[in-house]
Amino acid sequence: MVSSSKYKFGLLWSVGFVAFALVPVLMTSRYQMNLASHILIWGLFAVSFNMLWGVTGMLSFGQALYFGIGAYSIGLFVTHAGKSWYLTAIPIGLVTAAVLSFLLGLLVIRVSGVYFTMLTLAFAQLAWQVTFKWYDFTGGDDGIQGIIPPGILSNKMIYYYFILVIVFLSVWFLKRLAYSPFGLILRCVQQNPNRVRFIGRSVKMNQLRIYVISSVFAALAGALMAGVDNSIHTDMLFWTTSGEVILMSVLGGINQFFGPFIGAVILILLEDLIGAKTEFWPIFLGTIIMIFVIVFPKGVVGEIRHLKHRLRATDEAGGRHGTHASA
Amino acid sequence: MEPMLRLEGLKKSFGGLRVTDEVSFKIQPQEIAAIIGPNGAGKTTLFNQITGYLAPDAGHVFLQGQEIVGLTPQTIVKLGVGRAFQIASIFPDETALDNVRVACMSKLNQTRHLWHPVEKFNRATEQAYAILESLGLEGQADRMAFELAHGDQKLLDIGIALVLEPKLLLLDEPTAGMSPEERQLTRQLIKQLWHQYQLTLIFIEHDMDMVFGIAERIMVLNHGTLIADGTPAEIRNNKEVIKAYLGEEA
Amino acid sequence: MDVYFIVTQSISGFTMATLLFLVASGLTLIFGVGNIFNFAHGSFYMLGAYFGYQLVSVWKVNFWIALVAAGAGAGLVGAAAEFLFLRRIYGRAQEGGFQILLTYCLILIFDDLVKLIWGTEYKSISKPPGFEGALRFGDISIPIYNFAIIVIGLVVVLAAWWILSKTRPGRIARASAVDREMLGSLGVNVPLTLTIVFGLATALGGMTGALAAPLRSVTPGAGIEVIIDSLIVVVLGGMGNFWGAWLGAVLLGEVNAFAVAYVSEWSTLFSYLVMVVTLIFKPEGLFAPTRLRKV
Repeated sequence: MVSSSKYKFGLLWSVGFVAFALVPVLMTSRYQMNLASHILIWGLFAVSFNMLWGVTGMLSFGQALYFGIGAYSIGLFVTHAGKSWYLTAIPIGLVTAAVLSFLLGLLVIRVSGVYFTMLTLAFAQLAWQVTFKWYDFTGGDDGIQGIIPPGILSNKMIYYYFILVIVFLSVWFLKRLAYSPFGLILRCVQQNPNRVRFIGRSVKMNQLRIYVISSVFAALAGALMAGVDNSIHTDMLFWTTSGEVILMSVLGGINQFFGPFIGAVILILLEDLIGAKTEFWPIFLGTIIMIFVIVFPKGVVGEIRHLKHRLRATDEAGGRHGTHASA
Repeated sequence: MEPMLRLEGLKKSFGGLRVTDEVSFKIQPQEIAAIIGPNGAGKTTLFNQITGYLAPDAGHVFLQGQEIVGLTPQTIVKLGVGRAFQIASIFPDETALDNVRVACMSKLNQTRHLWHPVEKFNRATEQAYAILESLGLEGQADRMAFELAHGDQKLLDIGIALVLEPKLLLLDEPTAGMSPEERQLTRQLIKQLWHQYQLTLIFIEHDMDMVFGIAERIMVLNHGTLIADGTPAEIRNNKEVIKAYLGEEA
Repeated sequence: MDVYFIVTQSISGFTMATLLFLVASGLTLIFGVGNIFNFAHGSFYMLGAYFGYQLVSVWKVNFWIALVAAGAGAGLVGAAAEFLFLRRIYGRAQEGGFQILLTYCLILIFDDLVKLIWGTEYKSISKPPGFEGALRFGDISIPIYNFAIIVIGLVVVLAAWWILSKTRPGRIARASAVDREMLGSLGVNVPLTLTIVFGLATALGGMTGALAAPLRSVTPGAGIEVIIDSLIVVVLGGMGNFWGAWLGAVLLGEVNAFAVAYVSEWSTLFSYLVMVVTLIFKPEGLFAPTRLRKV
């Protein structure tokens, strides 16, 4: 049972990796590779976000803060300290994200539910305001341009493969986490926090741990993004960025590990498609998503899984195939 | 010999309602005791005060001589008090095995590991299987907890409590909602577990077969007051008890 | 720092507080009665501002009539949104998350809708005739319109308090806590009640937007700041605490007013600071909760 789903998994992983790896080879325009880069990075961002929401039940509306830290770490170092700082800026950004998420985490886990969500939103917006207004240092609304990765990474195609490798490794790490004892205790925290205390574990400590881990990967995604379009902008810290990963997770299915990644694919392609047709795409997007969420609460991956279950005739109610694979 | 559990003058009121009224009793190690009484007598509230979920207004609770009033539920659990709830408190979206396994890994301090999959943790897995076996649930190990029959969920609840090797185990209506056959099986099972794990057992029940079947000692609660405390034979003939039940029951 | 300065800033702060409270109370109302967190509440505030603009600046309607009409308009849109969309997710597992999601989509839609209809330039509404000037007390000069706002705010607050404590619907609202089923067993038509409450709250939010419009320009995207301000008010006052929200609004309004005078650009930082301090030391709210309504 376990080995068959592991086999299926391995297959999906390989297919996915190969598919993305082939993009630069098969593409007919640079634009497609750029799109694929965005999908990979947002996919990582969304999966790391969902460790908080789908797995642990913490709906943070402020992950853009850490995404922005990752991006602006590179942008600010390159602007103020010189281009040679590009690569060093990345771990600095990650460490900053780790420290900040730890301190902020201590604060926000004091509250729960909608309160928690709004609080994370508020802090992210604060960061956005500071970055927006501090024109002299951050460039404010102009953003920062000319962020070019050093050495061979300045080649678009090589940078693409760089992103591919890092994203896959990161998602692999997160997947292992989801299936580990730590992942299990996180899911238990969501399902029955009282009982978690009752078996001797601290709900808050575990929440803090995943908050930090999730935020560090959000920062990594941001750092990767800086090199894709060679520019960064305060929009990366804006609350709608936090909203994007939420939408992606819901579209794909928050109770499935890969749901958010699929959601990222769908949303980015949708935005691309609709955005090409009209300037007022948020209206269409908002309406589509709203209706989708009402009709398909489990998300694309979740609904497909559910359908497979129903179609498969089982003696036992429900089944264990597939449910083991959900995180 | 120091009693396992000693209650002294426990008092609790909600608004004007006295839900626990000067309750005192002693439970010796490895005794099996039942707490019975009409609905609303304050039985679960008593459990809540013993396990630290509720703070009494006055009185003492001693666990092997140590005062535990005022300690957090987490601490009291670590001191060796296990509890199963009236409505099974489990992790519905995890398998039965994982429900117990997570408790095992917690006891072994392994819940911080984030790289290896849960299945690789052999000791915790074996311990979890052993517990499931002692409950007769090993055949359902891979089923999702929410799919289990109500009675099995209650057993799972007990299983999670057993992982932490409690000295004192409190069961809140373990056979509630079960069929007569299930009740009998559960009765035997609980007696077996009591023996196997050397527990001191206190359970709340409405099922008189269970109460008179395995309890050595019965305490009767009515309107928050302990109106009787003795052996099954003594309780059976106790006029107060009969009045309390006949008076209240439909 | 002289007396005149303190008085002027205090009144200004009080005006701000009134606006903040009007918005925050709409939010708390829906949450307290229906257990719905209307993340899009700021968008209704914004809609109200735009309706007000359309009525007053374009169609030259009387200001005060426009005020009520703008509120009513926003309320109708709110009731429709609840009826058509929010209602579909009641009772779902993880409903809270879906609430945020749906209301987030509403924000996206409304933000873009106003751009579509009115364009992206800042719009403005002039103060109503008779209220443009300022009252003078010696060297202190206070805009008349501010007084109007404060008075309206007090009227609304007192009306709300009266309804909640003295009338049957109000007492039901207070007693319902968070349990929709309990509401139903009291013989109340739950779906209708929720739609009405949602409509009333969004109407209040919309009216506030129109009321505030002469003081600020009318822009798309105003909604999110409003929500965050409301959040800070609620953190300070305690969630579900009616009078706490009022006190929290006053505190926030005053802090803002004085901070703007001293650090202008960074005044919002002060608001956040107050919130952070409150969360660290008294997360249940600064003011001892005299709970009128359970949340």
